[in-house]
Amino acid sequence: MNGTGLIGGSRRGEPGLLPDPRLGSPMPWVIAIVIALTVIAAASGLGLRNAAARASADLNGGVTVQIVTAAPTDRNHQADAALATLTRFPGVVEARRVAQDQLDTLLEPWLGTRPGDTIDDLPIPALIDVRLDTPATPERIGALLGAIARVAPAARVDGEAAWLTPVFHAIATLQWLAGGLIALLAMATIAAVVLAARNALAGHRETIEIVHMLGGTDAQIARVFQRTAAMEAAAGGIIGLFAGIVAIVALSRQFSALGSGMVGGAMLAWTDWVVIALIPAGGVGLAVLTARLTVLSALRRML
Amino acid sequence: MTEPDAEIVQFDNVGLRYGTGKEALTDISFTLYPGRFYFLTGASGAGKTSLLKLLYLAQRPSRGLIRMFGTDAITLPRERLPGFRRRLGVVFQDFRLVQHLSAFDNVALPLRVAGVAEREITKPVDEMLDWVGLADRRDARPATLSGGEQQRVAIARAVIARPDMLVADEPTGNVDPEMALKLLRLFESLGRLGTTVVVATHDVHLIRKVPDSLIMRLDKGRLSDPTGALRYPPRRSPPAGEPPLSAAPRDALDGQPLGFSPA
Repeated sequence: MNGTGLIGGSRRGEPGLLPDPRLGSPMPWVIAIVIALTVIAAASGLGLRNAAARASADLNGGVTVQIVTAAPTDRNHQADAALATLTRFPGVVEARRVAQDQLDTLLEPWLGTRPGDTIDDLPIPALIDVRLDTPATPERIGALLGAIARVAPAARVDGEAAWLTPVFHAIATLQWLAGGLIALLAMATIAAVVLAARNALAGHRETIEIVHMLGGTDAQIARVFQRTAAMEAAAGGIIGLFAGIVAIVALSRQFSALGSGMVGGAMLAWTDWVVIALIPAGGVGLAVLTARLTVLSALRRML
Repeated sequence: MTEPDAEIVQFDNVGLRYGTGKEALTDISFTLYPGRFYFLTGASGAGKTSLLKLLYLAQRPSRGLIRMFGTDAITLPRERLPGFRRRLGVVFQDFRLVQHLSAFDNVALPLRVAGVAEREITKPVDEMLDWVGLADRRDARPATLSGGEQQRVAIARAVIARPDMLVADEPTGNVDPEMALKLLRLFESLGRLGTTVVVATHDVHLIRKVPDSLIMRLDKGRLSDPTGALRYPPRRSPPAGEPPLSAAPRDALDGQPLGFSPA
């Protein structure tokens, strides 16, 4: 990073106090790389959040009732009785027994479809798919179980969301990871700006001393550095945003091709795109603040 | 008339030491009044530049008291320094022009730093450049100017904002005698407008050309007073109707070992 990259002046404010900016310095490119990585990390974090939220909304009110008994007649009897109880139970929006052919389809990958095979004799549980009007909390699941236990003692009740708890935990961890990456990238931005500002200060120490001797204030000098930092960070930010968006689009196409329901829920909303578009502005703000604090801190050591 | 209590600068037993070495300045006491012309002289290494640095607030003393514009300059908070420096004009021996700026922009710099509107800058700066004979060099960068031209730009920059005190280190060292005299007249006219002028020089001929100037002579970091006028407190109060510290400096020069080599 050369010593003049962070220096500049304009005809307004602090005209010509220090030489004109040179955007050919490496700082815009460092900022561009940081912003591109931040955009990708932010998009990943937001996408994972969306996927988790959508899956959670889909599964929150879902409950599965299994009638686990080996005797087919008893199983059917208990299932019918449980279904009748469930349809009358407060808060149950829908209760539907999973048809035998649907069960056969579900089991087909494991049990095969050879002619003459039958699964009727296997002790497969009867399934009732229940949809509640509110999330299936442990208390509600307990109440449901209590209501059907009298007519279907072989019943088991599970909240569908509970099955995906480990997945949600993994998603939350990935979101924290994305946040940590963004924090590290912010620190990298700060480090790059501090180094550039210090180099520029050292390269223009004599001019700064002259400006001081003529009555220039620390704030006037700092504003020159801030303005240049803003210009260089903005240039890098635009390049980084463009590169990041290209990467996001390419990645989203790859994941869409997987056809997974959860991945489909990871699509970014327009509000997410607004957040992503604001990342370069955040980078500019961080660069300006860092340049200001660095310069003011250094100038305070000069008389 | 200027009253003794209207002093612009007051040094009282000031000492300056760089690092752990011996004192560069020792027991410096004097008072400067508005509108007066002072020459600071002495051999090389006598401490002239150190004293000037104290005067233009580029250095804090190791001991003693300095009052400037009625305020204790030693304990002056850093944020108030720019306001004080804007009341000073400084001509550095090495000019210290800003290399990336034109002659015009260098001269305009004190006004811009002080926040003067751009429309109020062009005319006085052009007039000043014309006065120092650089009207046709207004857009030239310092690197393309001769030593004398750079010195004139430095002087124009120092006086453009009509400072309360002008501090100049060998301000005519690189100009021809005619221009040197012209610049001295400029300094004198500033004095008539109330500016205190302090010029460090080796040139005895220059000193002789300024009537009513007072002489501060440094010898090995100590200030002697050939005019008998710089003591603090002043040896006598000025009589009514007479400027203070008006001892005849011309007489004081005669026969005094001033410690400089005549040019």
